Amino acid sequence: MLILLAVLIGVLYGSAVYLLLRRNIFKLVLGLIFLGHATNLLLFVASGLTSGYPAFVRGLAGETGKMADPLPQALILTAIVIGLGVTAFALVLVYRFYSVTKTVDLDELSENE
Amino acid sequence: MSTGLFILILFVLAGLAPFTRRYLGNTAGWVFALFPFGGFIYYLSLLPAVNTGQLIMESHAWLPVYGIDFSFYIDGFSILFSLIVLGIGTFILVYAGYYMRPYPMKGRFMGYLVFFMASMQGVVVSGNLITMFVFWELTSISSYLLIGYHHEKPEARSAALQALLITGFGGLALLGGFVLMAIPYGTYELQAMFANPDAIRNSGLYLPALLLILAGAFTKSAQFPFHFWLPGAMAAPSPVSAFLHSATMVKAGVFLLARLNPVMGGTELWYVLLSAFGAVTMVAGAWLSITQTDLKRILAYTTVSALGTLVLLIGTGTEYAINAMIIFLVVHALYKGTLFMMAGNIEKMSGTRDITKLGGLYAYMPKAALIMGLALVSMAGIPPLLGFIGKELIYEAKVYAPSWRYLVVVASFFTNVVLVFLSLRLWLDVFGGKTPAYSKKPAEPSLALIIGPLFLVLASLVMGLFPATIATPLTSAAVISVSPTIGAIKLKIWHGFNLVLGLSALTVLCGVLVYKYKEAVIGFANKVNLRYFTREFAQLFSAGIEYFLLITKAQTKNIQHGYHRFYLMTIFVVASILVWSIIWRSDPLVLELDFSDMPLNLVAVVVLIVTAALSAVATHSRIIALIATGVIGFGITIIFIAFSGVDLAITMVMVEVLMVIMAVAVLYHLPRYVKYSATGARMRDGLVAGLVGGFMMVLVLQAGTSQLEEPISEFFKEMSYSEAFGRNIVNVILVDFRALDTLGEITVIAIAALGIFSMIKLAREQSQIKKN
Repeated sequence: MLILLAVLIGVLYGSAVYLLLRRNIFKLVLGLIFLGHATNLLLFVASGLTSGYPAFVRGLAGETGKMADPLPQALILTAIVIGLGVTAFALVLVYRFYSVTKTVDLDELSENE
Repeated sequence: MSTGLFILILFVLAGLAPFTRRYLGNTAGWVFALFPFGGFIYYLSLLPAVNTGQLIMESHAWLPVYGIDFSFYIDGFSILFSLIVLGIGTFILVYAGYYMRPYPMKGRFMGYLVFFMASMQGVVVSGNLITMFVFWELTSISSYLLIGYHHEKPEARSAALQALLITGFGGLALLGGFVLMAIPYGTYELQAMFANPDAIRNSGLYLPALLLILAGAFTKSAQFPFHFWLPGAMAAPSPVSAFLHSATMVKAGVFLLARLNPVMGGTELWYVLLSAFGAVTMVAGAWLSITQTDLKRILAYTTVSALGTLVLLIGTGTEYAINAMIIFLVVHALYKGTLFMMAGNIEKMSGTRDITKLGGLYAYMPKAALIMGLALVSMAGIPPLLGFIGKELIYEAKVYAPSWRYLVVVASFFTNVVLVFLSLRLWLDVFGGKTPAYSKKPAEPSLALIIGPLFLVLASLVMGLFPATIATPLTSAAVISVSPTIGAIKLKIWHGFNLVLGLSALTVLCGVLVYKYKEAVIGFANKVNLRYFTREFAQLFSAGIEYFLLITKAQTKNIQHGYHRFYLMTIFVVASILVWSIIWRSDPLVLELDFSDMPLNLVAVVVLIVTAALSAVATHSRIIALIATGVIGFGITIIFIAFSGVDLAITMVMVEVLMVIMAVAVLYHLPRYVKYSATGARMRDGLVAGLVGGFMMVLVLQAGTSQLEEPISEFFKEMSYSEAFGRNIVNVILVDFRALDTLGEITVIAIAALGIFSMIKLAREQSQIKKN
């Protein structure tokens, strides 16, 4: 399964980079989203894959047997939420960018200087 | 009183000066002059002790770990220089207080002058190379402020900048030289270096250290080919020219060379470099002064020439040369300070300082004429002034120079003839001859304007008349400080009839002859200059600076091109090269394709995400791209669920829904996709993307199969229920163990929301304004 997920992460990073290199500012934001997904998945996979054992304390005595590593999950959770904030901000920025410049081409931004 | 305290008081005075004008009014000059005068008396009182061979040391800890302290080392040479700086400084302040009356911001000007004086005093008493360097740079900065005092004039600004750039460049070189010098000693203390001069000479660092220090000294003391900033500095008001650019600051380079002479001097290289640069500067300065017509520029070029003479004498290094250097230092400071102040007076009283427009001033200002006449006699080297003794010693030093005797004597003879000629010209063409039409009626300068020149000339006269009783005690300790192996010569005015006296007489005769045929001589010099020296060094320097700026601009444009995607590409390509080169060199990965742990449903999800990602990249439709993004998000959610990330999955679902809704809302306002990039550019970007994606894939495989440290999660697992009473460990970490992180996260969201809110509000208001 690791090989499959590695390929997936590679494809996500590749797509993110390709989108970040576009001139359309909307694609840039898409690239940003992809980059966030890829990185979250990277962290998740790097912490080891555990199937079917969420990080819960079971029983009345509080036994902790085999379970997924909770710490990377906590990190990823934080990252997902912050990613949402960044994306939302970037999207509105794109909207404002277009309404002011009437273009979505980033090259025109530097040529207008 | 201590030296450290005295310098501190001067700096404080400099800072307060701009605010004192209201209280002191026109007496500011006299009040300020009391401070350097007090210092003058103090250092004079130290002279008897120093003359018996005593050293006065003082040290304040600064960075003792690095061998850097605020330490002061006061010997005969420091005392002599302090007396020059503070003695002339006293009169300059009196003079400036009156001279600057018509100008605005007089208080600030006085502050700069005192600031300079404090810095210069710091240079001459420093006992630590770093201390000296700090004061050295402060003199450059104060010089910049003073040259640019008339900052509304462009030529003053450019002259100030030029002086700062040249001396600043020299200062940087000097710092390098000092650092190299300190390496063999492990300390920057001068005393340690004087105790063991061989350590640096035998260390192999001698050559680079020497070259760097010479670069610092030569730029500061306006040696050829760096001489041009000094005539440019004449844009400063006359008190500045009289103080910084003749008597004191420009001598800092000479001071440094003489100060380091016991450590760095005495080698063949030292002798050759100093003699060559000194001699060329001496002759070039004299030659260039012939054709000048501005009083201050004439004096500036003779100052360049005098600085060359001093460097040449230090390089020669014989008993006569060092004695001559010390005496000439004093002589020059006295007469040149006087002459610059008088040039300022002449300009102030007659409205011009162009020598071709002056004449007949004796009738209007006989006292000034007398004072200037005495100073010029000293410059020409005619008895009974100290200038005569100085010139005799210089001739003596050169006649008995160790090598290239004839060349040096001829060069010196030429220089002195020019000085005699200029002395005659500066007096006869200004005070004698016909009276041209002046814009205002000239009058005798007031007391404050001539008291300084008067005292300096009298000092020169008294020392000339009583060389053995007054001049010798003042200078003998300085000679020994500069060159401990030689003795001070007992000065006298009459040496008997000998070769040197004959040379002096011939010099005066030739000077008079040159003056007699001055039109022809000046015409000839002009012709030669026009033919061979068409480009001025100052112009070359500015052109160099301009080219430098052009190159920098072009380079910046290449690197900072303004295309975001090429910045990103630079990062990606560099990262790819680095990571791939590491992967290339590490052990190859051994992968076993095991289909048993690949549930079909997950394989389907992965294939779905990969397809979605590729179609998001390839599509021409915005909607498809957006849908693909949503598919990726939900696909990842499924992977999270499959591998025990329950909370992640819940969060992802909500975030993905929100994200897609927001994206649709924004996309609604945006235009359709347009094909911007050519196929070639797309392939190039695809290659970069492939490289990055590829190394990330390899990285995942490496990371997934290796574990370097034990996970620290055990702590959270154990404490989650027992301490925080929560069963969902991820939640407990977020809201309990790492609650502050979560607070930070919420803050980020709040700030993002605030930003979004204000952007949308701004857009609304702008569109409403447009409608109205």
